[in-house]
Amino acid sequence: MKTIMSGNEAVARGAYEAGCSVAAAYPGTPSTEILESTAAYKEIYSEWSTNEKVALEIACGASIAGARALAAMKHVGLNVAADPMFTAAYTGVNGGLVIVTADDPGCHSSQNEQDNRNYAPFAKVPMLEPSDSQECKDYLKLAFELSERFDTPVLLRMTTRVCHSKGLVELGERVEAGVKEYKKDAAKYVMAPANARARRAILEERLGRLREYADTCPCNRIEWGDKRIGIITSGISYQHAREVFGEGASYLKLGLTYPLPDRLIRKFAGEVGKVYVIEENDPYLETHVRSLGVECLGKEVLPACGELSPEVIRKALLPAAGENGYSVEAEAPSRPPVLCAGCPHRGLYYALSKRRDVVVAGDIGCYTLGAMPPLSVTDTVICMGAGISAAVGMEKAFKKAGRKSKVIGCIGDSTFFHSGITGLIDAVYNKSSVAICILDNRTTAMTGHQENPGTGKTLMGEDVPVIEIEKIVKAVGIKEENIRVITPYDLVQTEKAVREACEATEPFVIISREPCALLKEVQKERRGRRCEIDTEKCKKCKACLKIGCPALVFKEGQVVIDGSMCNGCTLCLQVCRFDAVKKVGD
Amino acid sequence: MTRSVLLVGVGGQGTILTSKVLAGGLIKLGHDVKMSEIHGMAQRGGSVTTQVRYGEKVYSPSIGKGEADVLVAFEKVEALRWLPWLKKGGTLIVNDYEIYSLPVLTGAENYPEGIVEQLEKAVERIIVLNAAKIAADLGSIKAQNIVLLGVLVRALGLDGKDGPDWLKMVRENVPAGLRDLNARAFEAGMNA
Repeated sequence: MKTIMSGNEAVARGAYEAGCSVAAAYPGTPSTEILESTAAYKEIYSEWSTNEKVALEIACGASIAGARALAAMKHVGLNVAADPMFTAAYTGVNGGLVIVTADDPGCHSSQNEQDNRNYAPFAKVPMLEPSDSQECKDYLKLAFELSERFDTPVLLRMTTRVCHSKGLVELGERVEAGVKEYKKDAAKYVMAPANARARRAILEERLGRLREYADTCPCNRIEWGDKRIGIITSGISYQHAREVFGEGASYLKLGLTYPLPDRLIRKFAGEVGKVYVIEENDPYLETHVRSLGVECLGKEVLPACGELSPEVIRKALLPAAGENGYSVEAEAPSRPPVLCAGCPHRGLYYALSKRRDVVVAGDIGCYTLGAMPPLSVTDTVICMGAGISAAVGMEKAFKKAGRKSKVIGCIGDSTFFHSGITGLIDAVYNKSSVAICILDNRTTAMTGHQENPGTGKTLMGEDVPVIEIEKIVKAVGIKEENIRVITPYDLVQTEKAVREACEATEPFVIISREPCALLKEVQKERRGRRCEIDTEKCKKCKACLKIGCPALVFKEGQVVIDGSMCNGCTLCLQVCRFDAVKKVGD
Repeated sequence: MTRSVLLVGVGGQGTILTSKVLAGGLIKLGHDVKMSEIHGMAQRGGSVTTQVRYGEKVYSPSIGKGEADVLVAFEKVEALRWLPWLKKGGTLIVNDYEIYSLPVLTGAENYPEGIVEQLEKAVERIIVLNAAKIAADLGSIKAQNIVLLGVLVRALGLDGKDGPDWLKMVRENVPAGLRDLNARAFEAGMNA
């Protein structure tokens, strides 16, 4: 039976059919739906781990114990999980182990655009690159087979366009892989230096066998067309290239992209006129092709940044094809993402935006949007966890320079569990006087409301104890008198907490708690609640527009509240000095 | 022959659901289908696009500038933003409806006037309707995406007798309490 699936759904389906029994991940666009989909198969234990390193270590443990296991993450997540990955390459596996990295060329929802194909040679693990949903499923199954056959973790590298595009997939049945017998084997699984040195040699020997295999791997294939142009490509770039050149070129379509099939590349290059290498981001294939002495055309004409598309390829390689679209004079105003109407983060950010004496280190999540005007609060965003640790560093530097700015770190609840705790420990241990705001909206909102250790539910829907942020904050050594738990919808309370935080000389924590306005239960509870503007009383001072709420519209010289968006958070009411906003509903 | 449909709108308007129903119908018609969407930060009030390509064999899921056979704009400014993606001679469907972005709301940028007039002057095959009003009159503005689906199915010529049962698919893809409303919305779109 054929059904339409996204690449992520197809990866999960592949895991199901391959008899995978443990899957772990931390949510991150574009990879999130992989685990949401494995969780729908009761045969696969699926969990949101606290971060990607933990997810991969769980998968490693399950694999060593004998189960087929999968860990999935977005590209930057693999940086977090790189530590266990590099050593897992040494230990090898017992049950098959697959690591999925979902890269984001074009930075659609990421802080950078790293090309994680580079991780494969770096960690010396084989890598498969699917180009559509059917291949996502097929390659995932192949990855488990290769993992067990060559005793190695396998990297499955996807990109946004593969993860989130939907295509037809032929479904198969699950083949139970069971849980293999576990035998204690310290020389293989305890990577103390003496054992690691021995495994290092095994790793090289394994790579030799994988190189042999690469030349015969069925997912490295030649599609002959016009032999005047030969295109070497992989992943989504193959689909774009086929779209542009059709039968007008021959293709070497690479599915196993580490190790690369040298003999096959040489054979292909020898039979075609000109060789083009078509790939996104880094010249990963191109560098290798050139190292074999094959002349080719690639990054000289194709961009090294952003996504490829048929359009980009056509412009670079077939410049005679002109543009064929419409245009008009009027220009579209920009439409940047914003904090939603009624978002609880807005109250805290508004309070911070009124202070000129603060510098704010931000983090990864919805609250990154605090950097956008009109709030414009956030000064830095580096990576998950840096909302606390970068703040500690800034504060040390400012102190050294004798500057008075108060440094504030902002981090979300899920991110606090992910990698904020260690930063907070550092702040206490190293006598920092930062103030940390934990924006606890009771969910992992940015990626689409995943559960986390603070919500009391697991990915598979079980009830579990809530891990309380206050208790952790206290346990790492923040003094009771330096902790405030506030509701950010109460501006008086919020501004007071921010003021106290700014005056504190010891590490200080504000837990700003109110559930995400988009959560179903919250929407239900707040249905009917909204604010209205009394146009008689309104002095048109526009102070309310400074909170940056998308429900407030300045139209024909008048501020109005869009009733379909407003859910009555009352922040606009609280900033109005003329009592012109009133609350409707309850 | 591969055909390309680009649906553009604002987060929350239902472009993804619309594309999903469309893709389902195209599969029933025996086409190879690829559908592509970008989420992430766009969910927070940003510009959202979904792309549907269909034909005997579809390779790339991406539609480039000047490559869309049909452009469906769920909001007027989005029609403006994505117009260069419409192929010369292609069909433009515009929802005559405004959603202001934050820079417009705060007065930092202007919402242009006369968008529809400019589009009508430039594009030969254009369908303009207020799907939001049609849906609101039927019971909920939220069904505007299904009104537009009806218009789109008709424009693509997929409403023939041997076509799939679109009404059934609409019903299967919306919440139970809204099935009748959305069925009426689809019909209103088909007849608009």
